[in-house]
Amino acid sequence: MNYSIECKQLSKNFGTLRAVQGVSMQIPTGSVFGLLGPNGSGKTTTIRLMLGLLQPDAGSVRVFGLDPISQGDQVREQCGALLEHTGLYERLSAEDNLQFYGQLWHMPQRELQARIKELLGKLDLWDRRKEIVGSWSRGMKQKLAVARAMLHQPKLVFLDEPTSGLDPVAAAALNNDLLKLVKDEQATIFLTTHILSEAEKVCNLVGVLRRGELIAFGGPHTLTQSTRNAIVDIFGQGLTDPAILEKLRNMPQVRQVEAVDGHLEIGLEGTAEPSEVVKTLVMNGASVDEVRRRKAGLEESFLKLMEEENA
Amino acid sequence: MLRDIWTISKKDIREVIFSRGNKRGGLISILVVVGLIGVYFPLFSQDTWFTSPIAVLNWAWMPIFMVTSLVTDSIAGERERHTLETLLASRVTDQAILLGKISAAVLYGWGLFMVSLLVGAVTINVANWGGPLQFYPLDFFIACAGLSLLLCVFISTIGVFVSLRAPTARIAYQRLSLSMLALVLLPVVLTQFLPQGSLVPMLAALETINLQKAFLILGIALLALDVLFILAALARFKRTRLILE
Repeated sequence: MNYSIECKQLSKNFGTLRAVQGVSMQIPTGSVFGLLGPNGSGKTTTIRLMLGLLQPDAGSVRVFGLDPISQGDQVREQCGALLEHTGLYERLSAEDNLQFYGQLWHMPQRELQARIKELLGKLDLWDRRKEIVGSWSRGMKQKLAVARAMLHQPKLVFLDEPTSGLDPVAAAALNNDLLKLVKDEQATIFLTTHILSEAEKVCNLVGVLRRGELIAFGGPHTLTQSTRNAIVDIFGQGLTDPAILEKLRNMPQVRQVEAVDGHLEIGLEGTAEPSEVVKTLVMNGASVDEVRRRKAGLEESFLKLMEEENA
Repeated sequence: MLRDIWTISKKDIREVIFSRGNKRGGLISILVVVGLIGVYFPLFSQDTWFTSPIAVLNWAWMPIFMVTSLVTDSIAGERERHTLETLLASRVTDQAILLGKISAAVLYGWGLFMVSLLVGAVTINVANWGGPLQFYPLDFFIACAGLSLLLCVFISTIGVFVSLRAPTARIAYQRLSLSMLALVLLPVVLTQFLPQGSLVPMLAALETINLQKAFLILGIALLALDVLFILAALARFKRTRLILE
């Protein structure tokens, strides 16, 4: 298998702060990888190390088999990036911004014009290309920054929290655009986010970073299975009696119990079955009408991982 | 690399022209400078504009001083507006980014000065319409072009160091302007501390000085400083360091 990125025991410290600690992973070419983690977990530092913007203190990273420090120009030649900030020149128009970066990537003028039209068209920004970027909304700026990152058809695109600071509608719209672009461009995408639903929707490979350490790595499905969470929704009468809730909480196979809108949401440990829970409810006078078992989503799995690490 | 330097320079000059929100504001400020040095002052000086180099040199600081605004905006300003990191994440080398930014400032300041000089020549000839065609003495014109170019590079490289240490473009601009002002005022201040009676013979000696020789010495000194400062700036301007600042 071809890997776009390979890290071995990658570490970076800032003084006493251990920003990235012994991260080892391989990102296959063509995958959409999501690096998840709370704020300050080392996601941006990891991207900077991969782009050769920071020098690792220990370990190694290879991008397309190249060292980002000694062969940084060759690495960046093949990459596109939307970093922590949009990095757009707000006094210039959208078209001028893309023209500038296209020229930096030595794109032939005719090809560049066609590409600008294609990308801005796909992102519904073509009609506003002559406007000064500073007057745009944050969502539009983010879209333009994504277009800039993909302008020269890079083999690897880094997107650092692309929907950060956007309202849910704008974030959903940008995610849809991203999905469309990912399908069309066939590049390897390295995306960081702390919005789990976003990663679940877009990524086929995820890693979880916590305090600089990679604590989980795999497909979103494997990750949810690895945390072995199952959630059961139970509907009926008399379910929220405090005494019953207390009994449920004391059961070894129950991880958490929550009364939500008159029904119970129960988190089960491992491969535990809900039958024992139902039995306990009925034996304590509650009546059960319906039991729905659902797999934990990436969000629940992520939170579980964070809890385990904290413990 | 030359292509990248040119692309970055064009962008930086464009940004300064658009810094007031539209192209018109930027062009007006350029026209004001060219209007003053290229039209008003030559008309005011009349024939001495060509015969006395001091008349031209008196106003040379104006466009050259504009280098300070561009160089601080293009380095400290880019960092402040968070556009520098994206530029550093591109394929362009550290050297091309730095030289592109220095070139932008030099092209802007020196270009303005040269255009103003040429417009000044046209102004005098138009004012003396019907008379013989006049121009600056060639050696003076070449010295002016060369020295102003070297001076612009000098200010730009100092601007790079000031910008790299300043938290904002405004502070960088203030610090660089003050440094330049100090450089200009230093000789004036120093004369106050000279022993009594030594100033008159010094001024007399200056009047007898061979201007060509003086320009040449000044040019060589500036060239040496420029090369030294550019090399130091290239050694200092590294992505892995810039990203942490």
